[in-house]
Amino acid sequence: MARHIVATTSEIPPGGNKVVDIAGRDIVVFHVNGEFFALLNRCPHEGAPLEKAACVARLTSPEPGVYERSRVGEMLRCPWHGWEFDMRNGQSWFDPKRVKIRSYPVAVERGEELQKGPYVAETFPVHVEDSYVIVEV
Amino acid sequence: MSEVIDRPLRDDEKPTATRLRIVDCDVHPSLRSTDDLNEFLPKRWQQHLREYGSHLRTPYLFTTPYPRSSPLIARRDAWPPTGGPPGSDLAFMQKQHLDPLDVEFGILQVLDLFIFSQQNLEFGAAIQRAINDWQLAFWSHRDPRLKASILVGQDGVDLAIAEIERCAKIGEYIQINVSPRANEPLGRRRYWPIYERAQALDLPLGIHVGGYGGHAPTGGGWPSYYVEEHQSNAHTIAAQLASLVIEGVPERFPKLKIVFIEGGFGWIPSAVWRMDQHFERFRSEVPHLRRKPSEYVREHFWFTTQPIDEPDEARHLRALIEWVGIDRLLFSSDYPHWDFDDPRFAFKTPLTEAERKKIFSSNARAVYKF
Ligand code: FES
Repeated sequence: MARHIVATTSEIPPGGNKVVDIAGRDIVVFHVNGEFFALLNRCPHEGAPLEKAACVARLTSPEPGVYERSRVGEMLRCPWHGWEFDMRNGQSWFDPKRVKIRSYPVAVERGEELQKGPYVAETFPVHVEDSYVIVEV
Repeated sequence: MSEVIDRPLRDDEKPTATRLRIVDCDVHPSLRSTDDLNEFLPKRWQQHLREYGSHLRTPYLFTTPYPRSSPLIARRDAWPPTGGPPGSDLAFMQKQHLDPLDVEFGILQVLDLFIFSQQNLEFGAAIQRAINDWQLAFWSHRDPRLKASILVGQDGVDLAIAEIERCAKIGEYIQINVSPRANEPLGRRRYWPIYERAQALDLPLGIHVGGYGGHAPTGGGWPSYYVEEHQSNAHTIAAQLASLVIEGVPERFPKLKIVFIEGGFGWIPSAVWRMDQHFERFRSEVPHLRRKPSEYVREHFWFTTQPIDEPDEARHLRALIEWVGIDRLLFSSDYPHWDFDDPRFAFKTPLTEAERKKIFSSNARAVYKF
């Protein structure tokens, strides 16, 4: 697995996302509640672009008439047929064993740390005051 | 059904490599605003639209059931960057849909302004006429891939006939669209003059399911949930198929072609088996039918594919397609709506090249004579 610097943290606002091409894969990086998640930008159903997905909450109901919202913003709702996926691991909410989006490990590291390691991106100007989002593919 | 996706698109899945030019029988254009109609709508009806708007068989303004899953029932990625509702910007439709999916012909299906549900029949006819003109001026003339239909409301039969004649003279329309939910079941004789004109002009009759009439969408009444109501498209269309067949429309108009749009096709086998079975028993009630209902269905009716059924086992979909008939199915995407089918991935069962060609292109070319 190679590590790829894909953005500065400030580049992806909370609730927003950025699409990057890594090794021929269209990958979308989401920023939710201070965390970053990277997923293949393609719904496993019919291939919709997930960058246009809605970031929604998990809605559950222990019995008719009682509703609970949790994990606000961490569920992806496909822009086409509305299949829902867990952003943390790409698993579908309705059939987690069979249907999932490929997801990738994401790390956030400070510029100084990056400069020491082997990951300084040649084409990416590094500013030590920023933190960087790193996706492993 | 679905698989875990962890690979880039293969070359043969990439849009540019779509191996087959397709005919998409259900593309929804939208008005950017009702002002788009001004040049086609007499002042008298512009004023009516402003002052009274729609008068429908469902009560109260703004009770129309949007967003229905997503704003304007549209794909979230289908909002044009230039503003306006999904389906209202030709350049964006070309870029997002027609070009990458290699659509050779796209048939326009207009749903704006509750076009078939207007209770004021004259107002309805004025809107239909304006929208028929708008389809040419804003769409077909700007992109010859896009084909327009003559939209008429069948409850005002005389007005409908006049509009059919007017449009037929223009000669650019490829079918006549009537309401899926008229005041009475579609087989009723009061509507036959429209079917007679369709046959005489050799224009298929298009029936796009959906929308609201005065009837509850299910035989059991009004559903509580959208997901519950969405099932009812299949019931509605099955009821209309039975009405058309059993009241004798294909018997009376042997050259008439009828296309059901957006009703899917999974419900067809049992509906037709049952009609045939009952026909054996109740023949004497309907002596005007000289053949089994299934024979009329197989010769007069076509069905667009979306929303396609997705059984867990691919072979079940395969069996369904074979039973309905490879020759009866016409591909449709329903772009830009939320239940859009992508032609590359919608059929989750193997099709031979010859079958693909029929469903994605040649069946529609034969029905519409492209
Ligand atoms: S393409 Fe995502 S749910 Fe269908």
